[in-house]
Amino acid sequence: MQVPAPFEYERATSVDHAIELLGRLGASARLIAGGHSLLPMMKLRLVTVDYLIDINDLRRELAYIRVEPDPARPRSAGSRTGRRRTAGARTARSDSGDEAESTEDGVIPDGVIRIGALTRHRELLESEILRRTCPIFSEAERVIADPLVRNRGTIGGALCQADPSEDLTAVCTTLDASCVIRGPGGERVVSMAEFYRGPYETAVGPDEMLIEIRIPLRPGGSSAYEKVGRRAGDWAIVSCGAAVWLADGVITDARVGLAAVGPNTTGIPAVAQALRGQAPSEELFAQAGAIAAQYCSPVTDQRGHAEYKRHLAAELTRRTLRRAVARASGDDLLADDPQAPSGASRD
Amino acid sequence: MSMWVTVTINGERVRRDVEPRLLLVHFLRDELGLTGTHWGCDTSNCGACAVWLDGEPVKSCTVLTVMADGHEVRTVEGLEAGGELDVVQRAFLACHGVQCGFCTPGMLMTARALLDRNPDPSEAEIREAISGQVCRCTGYASIVRAIRWAAAEERRNRTATSEGGQ
Repeated sequence: MQVPAPFEYERATSVDHAIELLGRLGASARLIAGGHSLLPMMKLRLVTVDYLIDINDLRRELAYIRVEPDPARPRSAGSRTGRRRTAGARTARSDSGDEAESTEDGVIPDGVIRIGALTRHRELLESEILRRTCPIFSEAERVIADPLVRNRGTIGGALCQADPSEDLTAVCTTLDASCVIRGPGGERVVSMAEFYRGPYETAVGPDEMLIEIRIPLRPGGSSAYEKVGRRAGDWAIVSCGAAVWLADGVITDARVGLAAVGPNTTGIPAVAQALRGQAPSEELFAQAGAIAAQYCSPVTDQRGHAEYKRHLAAELTRRTLRRAVARASGDDLLADDPQAPSGASRD
Repeated sequence: MSMWVTVTINGERVRRDVEPRLLLVHFLRDELGLTGTHWGCDTSNCGACAVWLDGEPVKSCTVLTVMADGHEVRTVEGLEAGGELDVVQRAFLACHGVQCGFCTPGMLMTARALLDRNPDPSEAEIREAISGQVCRCTGYASIVRAIRWAAAEERRNRTATSEGGQ
């Protein structure tokens, strides 16, 4: 029987209370959200804590997915020029003025998606806003663990666990997300590159907590995710996310994020450099794949040989770029996810 | 140190003094004698321990009892009502969805949750819904068939009710 070592349990009643508890109880305290990474590690005695601080009561403060105008841009200028139709969208944007709250008309607003750290995987999977604006999220969520685990696990927990095989770190890196960390001295915002310091290590200090993930929305973009695994719900052998932005048939920016191919390969700037300013083509995708394979550092383990993983890194980079470009250019047939279960309705 | 928790289990409020490290699956089985919930892999892989927490199926080997304090839990014992088996239970009997029976309670809880949310699931949706649960008899075909049978049976019952003029 696997049982954690003894600990004391506290329930936070607010984010400020959680931070106060962290400050008072010191480094021997850990926050618990879904618990599906932390509890297994505590059972195996890989992690021992004196105090667990349960933050599941903070859903009112920390569970949300919102689209808002980018605070860094003047709304009147940026939010209008920065609109585009998503692939297959039938209607143009509305002029209602509060459209940033909603993407139901199929328009990607130029702004920011704010995701509360306690938002559960299932909510991310079922979010219509994310499906329309960042298809990479829905595609990744569908292959993260299984439905029961997704009912508990949270985005904040996944990012803070910082497992090098974890999917959402790759997704958030691909989307150029930033993380809002709150501590006793206030809030700070860090990029994913700053947030993820290496396996199981993040920028979150012992008396701080991750409270929000911000994803910038830019016009002309789309994204895709692919994961290869041996069993349903398993960790990836290799996962790959891609996001591209197009203007006048040319790639203005592109990002690729890999998971499970090394301690720190979530962002590969060389891929972006190779793609920028180029017209999308199969040759270009193959070139990007070759760069991804070159820059990753997989190890041989029970999930596969390093060479096989390197091959997957190249192939999945190609596939996700191909699909993201198809989506961004409105090519519905190519943009369809071949793995989507037929007849599935997720509302 | 232990602490008092109050958990509503199958509609009944239960108050107990527990250690914070006590996992929900052991609380149900060892403290309350609700051994219908099975304890399998202990690593949140097999899903034999699936119960509902506030209406959603979860793996009770990866939930602390103290985390369920003030919340509602439903176990396989809470499926039958008034001496009548739930439709999903009858379906597993009718379609031989039970082989060795070890995964059955978890499968039943997931099946019930699926049908409450989606009364007419496709085969792909059923397979997705039980994808976090392992049947080591590999009786998945019968389990999927049972869940489809349950969905059809409930549709028939609803139609009969509405045709009966309510």
